[in-house]
Amino acid sequence: MKQRRYAVPYLVWMAMFIVVPLLIVLYYGLTVQGADGSFVFSLENIQKAFTPAYMKVLWRSIWMAGVATILCLLIGYPTAKILASRDFKKGSIVLILIIIPMWMNFLLRTYAWINLLNDNGLIQQILHAVGIQDAKLLYNTGAVIVGLVYNFLPFMILPIYSVMVKIEPHLIEAAEDLGANNRTVFRRVIWPLSMPGVVSGVVMCFMPAVTTFAVSRLLGGSMFMMYGDLIENQFYFMRDWHFGATLSIVMMALVLLSMLFFRRKGAKEGGLLF
Amino acid sequence: MKKAGRYIWLSLVLLFLYAPILTLIIFSFNASKTMGNWTGFSLQWYVELFRDSTIMQSLWVTLSIAVLSALIATFIGTLAAIGIHSMKKRARGVVENITYMPMLSSETVIGISMMLLFLFLGFKLGYGTMLIAHITFNLPYVIFSVLPKLRQLPASQYEAAVDLGAKPHYALRKIVLPQIMPGVITGAIFAFTLSIDDFVISYFTSQDVSNLSMTIYSMARRGLSPKINALSTIMFVSVVILLVVVNVRSSRQARKENLVR
Repeated sequence: MKQRRYAVPYLVWMAMFIVVPLLIVLYYGLTVQGADGSFVFSLENIQKAFTPAYMKVLWRSIWMAGVATILCLLIGYPTAKILASRDFKKGSIVLILIIIPMWMNFLLRTYAWINLLNDNGLIQQILHAVGIQDAKLLYNTGAVIVGLVYNFLPFMILPIYSVMVKIEPHLIEAAEDLGANNRTVFRRVIWPLSMPGVVSGVVMCFMPAVTTFAVSRLLGGSMFMMYGDLIENQFYFMRDWHFGATLSIVMMALVLLSMLFFRRKGAKEGGLLF
Repeated sequence: MKKAGRYIWLSLVLLFLYAPILTLIIFSFNASKTMGNWTGFSLQWYVELFRDSTIMQSLWVTLSIAVLSALIATFIGTLAAIGIHSMKKRARGVVENITYMPMLSSETVIGISMMLLFLFLGFKLGYGTMLIAHITFNLPYVIFSVLPKLRQLPASQYEAAVDLGAKPHYALRKIVLPQIMPGVITGAIFAFTLSIDDFVISYFTSQDVSNLSMTIYSMARRGLSPKINALSTIMFVSVVILLVVVNVRSSRQARKENLVR
């Protein structure tokens, strides 16, 4: 069929604007500017990226994204379970209510938290009213984690929900008939069957959280860096494109590695996302 | 007892999701500049919002880029989906994997890689480069909205039209396109909203021109401004209206399909 050629403009476009740019990042990342201004191949920047100063930022990003993802799971899993249960009638309305904030610009969502957490903010006033005077709510790790959880919670609820509604009620009834109590039913039937949703939820929270830069800048203040901030810094302030590209390669490797890790975990159960 | 527990849990989750948005909205009507200090109802921040030429300029950039990038991405993407659908299995797998790539890799890296390309080519980072970038990240979403519709379509219809003497283009336009239209429109709406929401990729691919997200970012870094609250309120209300329209449309369509059956 000749219809195949309809894909040609798209393929040319993707080659130009996705494949070539990624190759340019690789090229910059693996070269440094020589004395005469030309680019020479060097692994110097790769070594620099693995020095403790930069690794510290990497670990901090992974740690913060990890904590945020676990919190999303702890809040999101029970929520999805309630929404998916058969005797809960208002599931679809609540689901729409959960999706609506996702449609708002994510910077505005983050900005909303600056509003709530700042020194004159509502939460601070409530704390004053109950006698807690000088709590620092903004510009610390906690604020960044709250911001991440807030931005990515719906991404955890949705995939878990969509897997949970498809669980056959007969399976749960069968387990109950065979004498399993609620806990055993959850541990042996519901949890394993909801695993694909959990895996894609974790991926959809962790990936954007670990690579973000604006949330940490706005809620964490400028003292506080995540890996995305570090990369942005190299391009906009240090003007060191080569090292910035090297750090981008590290981040891409991180994304690919965690993707492979989750994919293997998810593939066993037939994951949703891939 | 169990029921009450559920409602309490869901209320807490919804409170967490809506408290920030609702405070934003409430304080957009506040007369005083300091947040958290309610001094009376006023629309002055809305007036100031519309007088702020930086914000109005970036609103225009955001909307025009969203419309243009959605239209172009829908056009290229729909053609691409038709092309991909008729490929042999192996080639299709490769192309689909390439299409997944920008969806799955980090926005920061995609933004930086495109910025490097544009600088490499000597382009000025501005409106044009931002538009190209938006088309690029919209394309996969259009393709993955259209492809399922093509799979539902029996190949025999198109073949019958061609057998009856229709030119391939004509058969495509008259037989295939009307039936995949819901997917095309979903893809276009998806592209439009993604473009409006984007910050990271715009931030790296444009310097001379700012869209709303970039303006909000630079304003928020300088501190709070009730003008942003007013802006958030307007955007939130538009999103809710858009969602209601889309939902009414799709439920009407579902009813129509039920009637046909």
